[in-house]
Parts: sequence; structure tokens; C-alpha cells
Amino acid sequence: MPTADILPLPRADFAGPFSAALLFPDAETPALVTGPRGKRAEKRYDVYRNNVTVSLIAALASIFPAVERITGPDFFRAMARFHIRETPPTSPLLFDYGRNFADFIDRYAYAQDMPWLSDVARIERLWLDSYHAADAPVLAAEALAAVPPDDLPALRFQPHPAARLVSSPHPAITIFAMNRGSGPVGRVENQSEHGLIARIDDEVTVRRLHSGVFAFLRALFDGDPLAAAAATALDADAAFDLPGAIGEMISAGAFSHIRTEADHVEHA
Amino acid sequence: MLRTSVTTALLAGAVTTALATLASAAPLTQAEADAAMAAKKEKCYGVALKGQNDCAAGPGTTCQGTSMKDFQGNAWKFVQGGTCASLELPGGRHGSLMPLDRDI
Repeated sequence: MPTADILPLPRADFAGPFSAALLFPDAETPALVTGPRGKRAEKRYDVYRNNVTVSLIAALASIFPAVERITGPDFFRAMARFHIRETPPTSPLLFDYGRNFADFIDRYAYAQDMPWLSDVARIERLWLDSYHAADAPVLAAEALAAVPPDDLPALRFQPHPAARLVSSPHPAITIFAMNRGSGPVGRVENQSEHGLIARIDDEVTVRRLHSGVFAFLRALFDGDPLAAAAATALDADAAFDLPGAIGEMISAGAFSHIRTEADHVEHA
Repeated sequence: MLRTSVTTALLAGAVTTALATLASAAPLTQAEADAAMAAKKEKCYGVALKGQNDCAAGPGTTCQGTSMKDFQGNAWKFVQGGTCASLELPGGRHGSLMPLDRDI
């Protein structure tokens, strides 16, 4: 087909005004929307409006299934509708939507008696980020075994693209884990929780970490060398188990590769 | 200011202990582990019940759970690696690692 036949989408003339009122039920139906023979098309436009809002609510429910299970579908739909009106998607990629949902939940009047709900939403959003993050091999135990002992203190770890750290003053990870599936929900101890979200192959795993292990990983994620990160962790938690933490971070797939001080200078 | 100083010997000991623990937990070479992981899940076409298909783009996108028919040939589901083609379905159907023309 000759390119001259492809007309540019007349967004400024049609799509812009057409979409402007979609998320605002009180706004007038745009004048350019008409039925056959120029008849008014309010009801037709309302069908379109409904489809847009319902599809966005469904997208949020797909991204935040644990939040929906906790609140129940009616509460969730109402909360999601308010959020969609306030913060419509800015990208056509729906898997990118919902990044402001947790902050919205913090402000949502009817969710105030669930102070942990927004952190559950943050974990669910990070879960999807981890799922969609770039593929990369995870750090093999052999790579670490091959490092000469003298290079260990200055060794730095590159976080895997799909790895994320989470921290909550509430037991948000336990609540997330209990409500992500359809299994029974038990008692939850009210305490702060730290965790790691990581992906090996296509499998995203959210795991809780002891405070020392979390401090250790936080320091390594921030680019601290191994010796400094271990010292930070021992300061945070005198019972910090360094061999256990190293084993856990490798089996979890938290990192993709390591570099020694020499690599660092070479590449700097 | 950190109170604790960590010596090279402490780190070397910790790494050795960690690797020994890992080795006893997973006695696979890296190549074996990669192969096992790659084989763990495979896309299997034509086996998902209506509305139960998986989607490459994951939840929150529009293709997950959108298949219109049982065993739709161009919809897929993750199954345990190596089991797809052996899945027997009603009407003499089988799963396939490639998209199918049937039930579309």
C-alpha cells in the first residue's frame, strides 16, 4: 500500500475531544459524537464510558487480587473507580497501571481502618514489576566460589533486574501471602516485616527476611561492598547469620552478577 | 559509623559455609539447574478451558483468561515441562507446543 493512503490519526480533531469526557460521567457528551442522521448519542457514549471504566477497574483487580480479596469486590470496585477518575492511565500498557494506587489507598477515607492495605498493594505492584522485568541469569554459586578470599571484602553485587526489596511497619507480606490465593486466612501477628521479591525463570517469589538479612541486602542493593554490608547487618541484628544470608540470597536469585574491585576500576 | 568490622577470614568462612549448604541442598551443576528450570514450565496450546488461558504479558493485561472456547487451539497454558504433548483431552485432542488451528 502506498504510504500516501495512510492518513494520520486525526487525534486533535476527534480522539482528543472524544476521550476527554470518558472518565467524567457529569461531563456533557462531546458534540462531535452523533448517531445516524446526526441524532444525539448520549446513551451510545455512555456505553463507551462504562466500558472504559469497567475495563480499568478489571485491570486494577487483576494487578491487586489480594487487595480485592481483603476488601471484597464491592468495596474494591468503588475504591478503584475513585482512583481511576483521579489518576487515569497515562500509558496504553495496562500492566504499567496502578503505580499510584497504594498512595491513593493511604488517602482513601474508607480504608483508614486498614493501615496495612496500602503496603499490600505496594507488594502486589512490585510483584508485577518483577514479573515483567528483563530476563537475566541469576548469580551462580560457582561464580562466588571462584572469587579469591582477598577480593571478598570489596566484592560488589549487581541486583537482578527482577529483584525488589520491600519493608512495611505492618505484617503486609504475611497478609499479602494469605490473600493472594484463595486459601484460608489465619491469625496475623502485628509486627513490621521485611522481604525480597525475586524471580527465577518465570516464577516470582515473595519471601520474608529477618531484619539482619534485610539490612545486608539493602546495603548490597545500594552498592556497598560485601564487608561493609556484613558490618551493617551485624550492627542491625547481633544474631545476623552471614552464611545463611549468602545462601538465601543466591538461592532466591537476588543478584545477577558480582564484580571485584579490579573489575570496578577497569570499568570505571 | 559502623561498630562492627568484618575480616576477610570471616567473609571467606561464611562464603564457604554458604556454598557448602547450597551444594548439599541442590547437587546440580549450573547447566543442569538451567535445564531443569527451563524444562519446568512449557507453553501448551489447545489445553486450556474457556477463560482459563495464561498470557505472556501476565495478569493486568487483556489476554489472560480471554479464550472463548474450551481447548481453544491458539490459547495456551503453562504446564509442567515435558507433559504438554501427552495431555489427553476429550474428543481425542492432545496438547501442542505450537499453536493449533482447531477449536478457534
